[in-house]
Amino acid sequence: MTPTEYEYLRKFLRDHSGLDLSADKQYLIESRLLPLARKAGLSNITELVQKLHGLGSSALATSVVEAMTTNETFFFRDKIPFDHFRDTIMPEVLKARAGRRSVRIWCAAGSTGQEPYSLAMCLKEMGAALTGWRVEIIATDLSQEVLEKAKAGVYSQFEVQRGLPIQMLVKYFKQTGETWQINPELRAMIQHRQLNLLHDFAQLGTFDVIFCRNVLIYFDQDTKINIFNRLARQIEGDGFLVLGAAETVVGLTDAFRPIAERRGLYKPNDARAAAGRPALAGAAPRMAAIAGL
Amino acid sequence: MKTCLVVDDSSVVRKIARRILEGLEFEVTEAEDGSKALEICQQKLPDAVLLDWNMPVMDGFEFMGHMRRLPGGDQPKVVFCTTENNVAHIAQALSGGANEYIMKPFDKDIIADKFAEVGLIPVGQAFA
Repeated sequence: MTPTEYEYLRKFLRDHSGLDLSADKQYLIESRLLPLARKAGLSNITELVQKLHGLGSSALATSVVEAMTTNETFFFRDKIPFDHFRDTIMPEVLKARAGRRSVRIWCAAGSTGQEPYSLAMCLKEMGAALTGWRVEIIATDLSQEVLEKAKAGVYSQFEVQRGLPIQMLVKYFKQTGETWQINPELRAMIQHRQLNLLHDFAQLGTFDVIFCRNVLIYFDQDTKINIFNRLARQIEGDGFLVLGAAETVVGLTDAFRPIAERRGLYKPNDARAAAGRPALAGAAPRMAAIAGL
Repeated sequence: MKTCLVVDDSSVVRKIARRILEGLEFEVTEAEDGSKALEICQQKLPDAVLLDWNMPVMDGFEFMGHMRRLPGGDQPKVVFCTTENNVAHIAQALSGGANEYIMKPFDKDIIADKFAEVGLIPVGQAFA
């Protein structure tokens, strides 16, 4: 792949998905796009780039974006956020929503389903505490292919051994030959929807908890700020935002603040959607400019 | 340094497991069947046992039963590592006192995940 081709693909991905590849990710492009090129009857990346040039938005363009934005994922990834979910988030939500007895959760990068199903298992483990509650988990992802896999809830023997305690495998999955499928009861807890975080997501409504892990790392700074500010408008004033281990809002937005001693957990600041109001006292000029995005 | 006893009748599997476990900073001893493993445990119990099921002389399940009845034998974390990959075997292992269960084939990530799951290594180390 020539430097020009690499630059073309970088810009293509930035424009189509917001994915911001650094200058040294040639290997990633090769490993993800070469199989795709071959499947499309093309012999190499050069031919793939030529083909993309000639087409505007197309099935090929969509598959290129999907191939590059799909991440490795496993059950209870990083473990700690799920401990926080069980020990900090849900107890507070149960108290705060005792009146209306409903909770809405959004997995903003639901990928192949491991994260939303991990949350569903956490909720099941809470047992009677949620009896009579209406629980909604909405899992979104950019990729239709990934969503189909999430919906099916079928995982390989390798996948079910990453992060998933064996007791939970036995309890919540059914074995079919070499694969394992999550139980219908848990599958029914999740609504899967296709969504690009770069586009408007106000129609999803307001959430008590938003998991948005390991996706913003791929975006450039302005896009991150823009997404944080729009997330702030979809979260209840006392809700929780959960980010990946390598992600933070600090230095990017005042719309959320970190919770002390709960790594990865954030609360919206008092004035909800504060960042959306350029006139807010104390907002840095940079923030006001971004709000116009 | 924590200790792990690797019990498997395949010397290749023992070698692979040893390399992975030493990478996770375990001191590793090996046994080729349940009976030899039990002799080692009667001398000194390890912190962890990575345990195959089907082996000559004494199988892994029988070994676990004997080991659990030794003084202090409830302490070691037992992680099965076997080609027996059906729910019946998994349930039998768990009710017999196993802490975790790996279905072969395995790799470093699976061992690290499962060892973190039962508290043998910090969670962060599994994901490093």
